[in-house]
Amino acid sequence: MKADKTGVLTGSHALTGNEACAEGALAAGCRFLGLYPIVPSIEVSKRFLQRAPEVGATFIQMEDEISALAAVIGASWTGKKSMTITSGPGLSLMMEHLGLGVMLETPCVVADIQMVGPGLGLPEHPAYGDMMQARWGSHGDYEIIALSPSSPQEMFDFTIKAFNLSERYRVPVAVMSDAYVAQLKETVVIPSAGEITIEPRRYFDGPSDSYLPFKRDEDLVPRMVDIGQGYRFHVTGLTHDDRGYPIMFEECQEYNVHPLVWKVRNYVEKIVDYQETSIDDADVVVISYGATARAAQKAVTQAREAGIKAGSLKLNTVWPFPEKKVAEVAKRVKAFVVPEMNFGQVVLEVERCSNGKTNILFLHHGDNGVEHTDGIIAAIKRASGANGVVGSTVELK
Amino acid sequence: MAVERIDDREIHPMENLLRMDRMPHIWCPTCGIGIAVTAFTAALEKAKIDPNMAAIVSGIGCTGRVAGYVKLDSFHTTHGRPIAFATGIKVANPKMKVIVFSGDGDLMAIGGNHFIHAARRNIDMLVVCVNNFIYAMTGGQVAPTTPLAAYATTSPYGCVEPPFNIPYIADSSGAVYVARYTALHVRRLTNALTEALNKKGFSVVEVISPCGMYYSRINRLGDGLDMMKFYHDNVEIRHGEDTKNLDIGFQTKIICGKFVDRERPSYMERYNQWLSEVKSTRKNLDAPKGAEGEG
Repeated sequence: MKADKTGVLTGSHALTGNEACAEGALAAGCRFLGLYPIVPSIEVSKRFLQRAPEVGATFIQMEDEISALAAVIGASWTGKKSMTITSGPGLSLMMEHLGLGVMLETPCVVADIQMVGPGLGLPEHPAYGDMMQARWGSHGDYEIIALSPSSPQEMFDFTIKAFNLSERYRVPVAVMSDAYVAQLKETVVIPSAGEITIEPRRYFDGPSDSYLPFKRDEDLVPRMVDIGQGYRFHVTGLTHDDRGYPIMFEECQEYNVHPLVWKVRNYVEKIVDYQETSIDDADVVVISYGATARAAQKAVTQAREAGIKAGSLKLNTVWPFPEKKVAEVAKRVKAFVVPEMNFGQVVLEVERCSNGKTNILFLHHGDNGVEHTDGIIAAIKRASGANGVVGSTVELK
Repeated sequence: MAVERIDDREIHPMENLLRMDRMPHIWCPTCGIGIAVTAFTAALEKAKIDPNMAAIVSGIGCTGRVAGYVKLDSFHTTHGRPIAFATGIKVANPKMKVIVFSGDGDLMAIGGNHFIHAARRNIDMLVVCVNNFIYAMTGGQVAPTTPLAAYATTSPYGCVEPPFNIPYIADSSGAVYVARYTALHVRRLTNALTEALNKKGFSVVEVISPCGMYYSRINRLGDGLDMMKFYHDNVEIRHGEDTKNLDIGFQTKIICGKFVDRERPSYMERYNQWLSEVKSTRKNLDAPKGAEGEG
């Protein structure tokens, strides 16, 4: 299915990351924004609201982030593609409904423009401290999909992708950006509507008395209907059967919740997306995502120029984690360098997937500026001469 | 796990609006929630609401289970958030008649903020709040509606917090229709719900309900029938009463009736007005140009 052209602002534009995120949402067909204002994500809504009247999109500013995501889930069940935007403390408040979104298998997108935490932190400063929260923040077991854009162009592209993945797998999808990419202004090329592929909602179109809201297709994803179509269905956040009725037995927990995990896990190789540069002969591979990938990719180029066999693995999807790829590369490199704008979150996944097969240098990135490459280059140099105990993680300070 | 149907059973008069395959329901003997549901389904018919175009949303708790028994598009959501969830439905599809059916703990404590803001915005929805003065599902804890001095499992020496007066909060937050009845007043309650269903804007109907399992047991008030007798002897109907005067004390008189019935533009009315103004003055706004190209 191709994009509806009313939402597609075809052309080449100078846009901030936040503006590009709003354009991506509109191009993807998003027609409902539920939000609560918070810096540095608020400009997404400014752009969305400016464009809403001509595109025919609706929005509401709710009383907090809890209600913002609740409204988004409700709106999604009316058939409107829906999203919310937030930052740091707002994401913490959204964890309740991220879990409800998973349990009700409701397509929706949460764009988290990360800021420095914890607590109130530094609202206008970039960080990637929410990466693990996006994965594990809500209670109980579930799988989630999260993308991490590193430029305004990727804010546009990945927001569309987020909506598509969300419809395909019926899970909330997070776009994990940060204050830096959000405020960065770069050229964003928006293709014509005919060049944008949209994943249509998976509808049930049988007779109204035969609709079972959680009866799964072969790929474990159930089909949806819209509110107001006469199906008069029921869904609950409690553990439920195919009818959507609560069943308070362990057998039903297995029946209901295991597929929530496997409907994503079974398709990890289809979902994961990464960009590799000069990896084939590399001694050292820098694994990065989000804003850090900008510096990481530059550092790899500079290291190559200095004669070091460096490569880059840029993660476009962070969740699910590209387990196979990292495990495979780990077997043939001297070391991974993992720069992150936090104190070590995704590096834990790199360690797990490396399984002791290579050295890992973790680098707390960003203190000298997001695009600063010195720290990463120093780490690459150190890693290229690494003869240390294989499998140990060294933290560079 | 399918429920077998008994062929010679009596047909429930509200069968077309209830999920009969889920009966029996989970509510205890003497509970008033079932009465509230009966009144509500009767009101749906009396108000001539198209059941295909109505959605019901509940939160968590005993009353939170209502959405699961009513045969509309129905959602059993998180604790305290049904109004927020329902707001999303209403704003995204304004053609739907949206009903929130939940309890006093759900709507007034954890969901209190959503309640007052939906009232302030005047979101077009009916909120039915069943008030049994206690958190019953979790075993009888003190609620924001527990009368002063009443016992609960978390107020073993009597409740020390003054309770909320629900009609007063609804009124002062901007609700356009506010009524209160007890589970004894089935006919009046049905009429109020019918009226509220046809009212445009944020409407609140409080239903005082006996909780024979916790509230009346822990306070030694007898069983459900004794509670009904209490309502019979101690309820005073005072339509139009100032909502300030509607506090409920421990075993004191309960004032019921219709207190508020007024007109205010609903959220969607104001939103659509904004939309048409924006469209007519678009050229004055610093807005990006619309989509172009793409044949």
